[in-house]
Amino acid sequence: MASFKPTQIPDLPKLGEKITEDTLYWKNYKAPVQIKEFGAVSNIDFSPVSPHNFAVTAFTRIHIYGPFSQEPVKTFTRFKDTAYCGRFRSDGQLLVAGCEDSVVRLYDVGGKAALRMYKGHTKAVHVADFTTGRYQILTASDDYTCRLWDIPNAVELTAYQEHTDYVRCGVTSKLNRDLFITGSYDHTLRVFDSRTEKSVMTMDHGQPVESLLLYPSEGLLVSAGGRYVKVWDLLKGGQPLVSLKNHHKTVTCLALNSSGQRLLSASLDRHVKVYNTTNYKVVHNFDYAAAILSLGLAPDDESIVVGMTNSILSIKHRKNLEEPKETSKPRRRPSYRVFMKGKNFVPKQDDYFVSKPARQHLAKYDKQLKRFNVSKALDTALEAWLRRKKPEVTVAVIKELDRRGTLKNALAGRDEEQLSRLLCFVIGNFFDTRFTPVLATTAEIVLDIYQCVIGQSAVIDRHLIHLQKLLEKEIYYQKDLMEILGMLDTMFAFSLLRKETAVAGLPECHTAAANVEIFKIVFEQSTCLYT
Amino acid sequence: MVEYGDIRVVYRGGSKINFRKPVISNDSRFLLCASGESVKVFSSVTEECVHELRGHTGQVTGVLLRPSNHLQVYSCSTDGTVRLWDFTDGILVRTYVVGYPVYSIYASLNHKEVVFIVTPVQSDKRTELFQLVAVNLPQTPDQLVEARDLSAVLSDVSSNPSTIAFGRGGEYLASVNNLKMEIYFFKKNKSYSFSLREYTKNGGKNTFTCIACHPKDDCVATGHDDGKIRLWRNFKQKKEYTYSTLHWHHSAVSSLCFTPEGTNLLSGGVESVLVQWRYNQENQKDFLPRLGAAITHVTVSPDGALFSTSHSDNKITIIQSCVKVSAVIQGLVKGENVTTGLLVDPRSKALVLNGRPGHLQFYSLQRDKLLFHLDIVQQEYIHEAGLEQFEVVRAAFDASGLWLATVEERKQKSAELELNLKLWSFDEQTQSFVLNTTVSAPHEARITAMCFSQAADSQTTTLVSASRDGHFKAWQLGLPAHTDDEGPSWSCDFVGAYHGLVPRCCCFSADGSLLAVGFQEVVTVWNPTSWELLTTLSQPPGDVRNLCFGQLSCSKYLLGSNNKKMVCCWNLLTCSLEWSTSMDVSLLLVDSRSENMAAFCCQDGSTDLFVFKPSEPRPLFSQKAVCSGRVIHAVFTPREVMLESSEESSQWLNRSQLYFLTEFMDLLTFSTKAEEEKLMASSKQLVIDDTVAMTPFYLLLGKHRHEHLGNEESAERTPLPQSSVAIKELLQTPAHVLPATSFLCSMFAKSLLISVTETREENKHVDEEMESEKEEEDSDEEVETKISRPEQEAKGVQGGESTAPTLTKTQVRELRRVRKQDLSWITGLLDS
Repeated sequence: MASFKPTQIPDLPKLGEKITEDTLYWKNYKAPVQIKEFGAVSNIDFSPVSPHNFAVTAFTRIHIYGPFSQEPVKTFTRFKDTAYCGRFRSDGQLLVAGCEDSVVRLYDVGGKAALRMYKGHTKAVHVADFTTGRYQILTASDDYTCRLWDIPNAVELTAYQEHTDYVRCGVTSKLNRDLFITGSYDHTLRVFDSRTEKSVMTMDHGQPVESLLLYPSEGLLVSAGGRYVKVWDLLKGGQPLVSLKNHHKTVTCLALNSSGQRLLSASLDRHVKVYNTTNYKVVHNFDYAAAILSLGLAPDDESIVVGMTNSILSIKHRKNLEEPKETSKPRRRPSYRVFMKGKNFVPKQDDYFVSKPARQHLAKYDKQLKRFNVSKALDTALEAWLRRKKPEVTVAVIKELDRRGTLKNALAGRDEEQLSRLLCFVIGNFFDTRFTPVLATTAEIVLDIYQCVIGQSAVIDRHLIHLQKLLEKEIYYQKDLMEILGMLDTMFAFSLLRKETAVAGLPECHTAAANVEIFKIVFEQSTCLYT
Repeated sequence: MVEYGDIRVVYRGGSKINFRKPVISNDSRFLLCASGESVKVFSSVTEECVHELRGHTGQVTGVLLRPSNHLQVYSCSTDGTVRLWDFTDGILVRTYVVGYPVYSIYASLNHKEVVFIVTPVQSDKRTELFQLVAVNLPQTPDQLVEARDLSAVLSDVSSNPSTIAFGRGGEYLASVNNLKMEIYFFKKNKSYSFSLREYTKNGGKNTFTCIACHPKDDCVATGHDDGKIRLWRNFKQKKEYTYSTLHWHHSAVSSLCFTPEGTNLLSGGVESVLVQWRYNQENQKDFLPRLGAAITHVTVSPDGALFSTSHSDNKITIIQSCVKVSAVIQGLVKGENVTTGLLVDPRSKALVLNGRPGHLQFYSLQRDKLLFHLDIVQQEYIHEAGLEQFEVVRAAFDASGLWLATVEERKQKSAELELNLKLWSFDEQTQSFVLNTTVSAPHEARITAMCFSQAADSQTTTLVSASRDGHFKAWQLGLPAHTDDEGPSWSCDFVGAYHGLVPRCCCFSADGSLLAVGFQEVVTVWNPTSWELLTTLSQPPGDVRNLCFGQLSCSKYLLGSNNKKMVCCWNLLTCSLEWSTSMDVSLLLVDSRSENMAAFCCQDGSTDLFVFKPSEPRPLFSQKAVCSGRVIHAVFTPREVMLESSEESSQWLNRSQLYFLTEFMDLLTFSTKAEEEKLMASSKQLVIDDTVAMTPFYLLLGKHRHEHLGNEESAERTPLPQSSVAIKELLQTPAHVLPATSFLCSMFAKSLLISVTETREENKHVDEEMESEKEEEDSDEEVETKISRPEQEAKGVQGGESTAPTLTKTQVRELRRVRKQDLSWITGLLDS
């Protein structure tokens, strides 16, 4: 004797994005703290030493924020014009910044006034950075030059005049004190060695270069310019590895996460994208309110700081894992004594052991279905929490009733309240494509059965008219979609070469067409009743 | 055509066991049922077939325990004989020749040596009129007895055996036919008849379907077409009869049965629920629901301990007094149509086809037994007339047997087609298939073909389904998502179409590198990795019906047959037609173990078979009129042990067997002579001990014993090498009974000596006998010392030469044989 087979509840595919480890990781940030700066935030730099303050360059000021403060810890305001590129030295003691007025200033993090001023550039200095040797400064300017300065003496050591356009980004090697790379609006990336007179390597990015990033191993170089992010293999003589085109506006900033496994790129299109560095696929995406100019990632990814053109600095802190989780009260379980009752009984030698048949647990609607109580089964399936929380269960029960050929019996003989509950459910889920075929038949049968009593109840009439309007809307909507599909098809057919290849059809458009048919049928039926 | 004597077509899969009511023996240990031309005896505990009583030459139509001897059973058949069997030993006791086809048989204790049979009215064989005839069985010791002493009892009865029953120890006999019930009293020699009107007020059909008589009471229960059961009483007077009605069944009652004490009435019908009514308290009833399929017969064992129900899906269920199912005897289910075709499970080598509604059955061909049913639809089966059920329409296995794909569909009038594609993975732990993915509505129209890529070593398995909506879809196993707890699932990888034509067949090449899809008249060849259309092959007119890639050395060929009586073979290297021939091929299939292909051609009612290699012009084998009727499905099943037939005509059967299914749902196969001989030999080995039911346990032990016996025999027969005897003795004798080593050394040395050449042969012969003798002596008396041995041996050797005058060689041999026989007999005694 086979046991009763319960109604199969289909495991419907979950709509929306797939949840991956990356989405979980990158979503694990608190709501952003937003701070208004005085102008567009052009640069963000984290101090390499604890407590990892960060310097935010915005308009004529550089603010230094503590890791959790919303107010600046320190402010440098002595700039004549817009400041650029405030960066910390590797010991976190000194800060260098370029300026629109072509002067490079060096500050002590503790002090106020500039320690040194480096004059020599003729135009705005957009790049300033310390070399690994700690006693030299690299600067690059709109006068097409990049220079190395001696910190204590404020003397220019070397100047390279190889770029033919503004130099807007540069990065110094962390491993070699003599090596640095600059990117310019002349589309080139140049690798310089301070021991030689000329650049040692040149790469063509193809777009004005906005940002550069060296991997911790310094074997790979990432450059951003235009809509492209390109990865170069320096060890292979600057061979391009990949070119990523995931943004639709200029990419302005690059960052690498603490593990070096994910690359972040920020763009004027207001997105920050996270790439996997093994296959360079986008694994996550952040949206921001305005075009992004600068991006900073705290060590250990503790916070993501983003500066935008609307002079807003957005800081996202990581959620603390140690935060006590709000655990619900543990359910009271039966006491140990009750639980163990009879479990430790050992049968004697002559005892005849009667095994207790395991009882099959059935859901409420299944119990009714087992007894062939079709109306009651539908009632239980339409219980409030079930139809709201798990509409797929209700739909599965309706489908099962339809399969048994008893849906009409189950739907018939309902009073106003029950019927309005049913209609509410139908209206609420009618346009879920997964449920449409089943609910369309239900609606048809309901209209069939109750057409003679239409007009007797205001509630039911309101529901039916609502359904009718919804259907009308949906039909127009689907028609529009079909028109667009038709247009697309013509365009594809026009643009594709006439080849003897088959075109892979879009399965969605077929289901859309099928749905239009269903909607039309139900709609016609309901309009017939009302006209 | 050449006549191939050694290959013949044989039936497989057994016959129906639910054709007639089964019989349970008095001790409830055996269950007997008619099955084709034989009676099968099953053990009611182990479900194994203990005996098969063969002898009838026509369909067995009834089985009946002999009332006077409960260890004997009557069987009747359409061949016009009634046979008496001893079913515990499986021996035919007597054959009574009646001379007319017998449709059912009855007997009662009151009528000694008389059986009642139903035969057609003899005047005209065409008419569907039957009569009940009493046959006096002559008591003679002969094996074959003519039983011509017939006397008609009732005329105009139904041929259905459940419409006649004996009442109250054989006092009367009740028969129903259509709307009339007739009760015949033997004492009065008078019959009363009662009839019902054709329709009751509610419109239910009143036709009688079955009858049962109460064993102790004057009460007759009849079942009707509208699901009612009527209990008739007081029918001794024609005028004053009464009846009461019981109604639970919603459609026809197919079988009724009283328990031996008459306390309960059992009824069964199409609802597959066994209903137990209390006699005289009819509102109390018990149910045993969900027995699997419509009940055709209900029987009770003579002691009332066991019930058994026969079901329409070729199954007999044994039930312990309406409480629980204790055993299920299941035969091959033969439904109305097999839509999935014949498949072979690569893992269990079982034949897979449609079984019960919504199930796939796995049938072991080696053991000729149904292994299990796999529930595909997983829905409660509701039987109701006019209700459309989900049917399994397509199934496919991948090469390793790890994945099973099934398609089920339900077509309702006025509603769209419901299709489900299900993918099942094989679970090693539970040794069964577990549902992995369900794709609802994989296509918009019926799926015409489905296949897995057959490459065993490829990393990704691809499933291709072609549908009438003009698309074919490729499904692949997706990578497991990181956070999902569940394993990987299948998803659509590619949708292909070709000019809006309808694909009818698809096929992967043996290495999985090519996919051929037949779009009506055009065959398209695709690359399954990049989904590029590689080439199109077209040979109009006619839609392509079957497609097959060649195997092994012929893998460059693609064969297709179309509906315009053409078979085409394309060479895939040149993309051109290699050959084509005019042949109306209905089925084309390829043997995966060899290059052979089989083509079934249907011509006016009979089917011809051609087996050929695509590279060779001459067919390897051809047979006209393989069977009557169309062959609808066929499959090559790989053999477990390769045959070594050297004959050219049967070589194609060496690696695999060809099974095919005709439109009459007969499962047939080809068997060679060598194979049959082997089978016969194995069946002889498996002669079963009478007293023991053939349980798996017995089979294990019994085989072991057989082997043991066989070993002994072979030891006697095969001559051991001369020298090894001494060594054996040296090594096998326990150390504590061994004689002195010096003595053994001389013996050993002697055994190594080469005797004189002339006498060698004779010596050998004598020695052999000596050795076998010795061994037996060994087994007789274990503690016998070995000292006498060499002397004996020497004597034997001498005996060949010197003692020749006293006894001739033949005499000596004779003498020894006699001795040997004696000894073996003693061995047997000692062993037992």
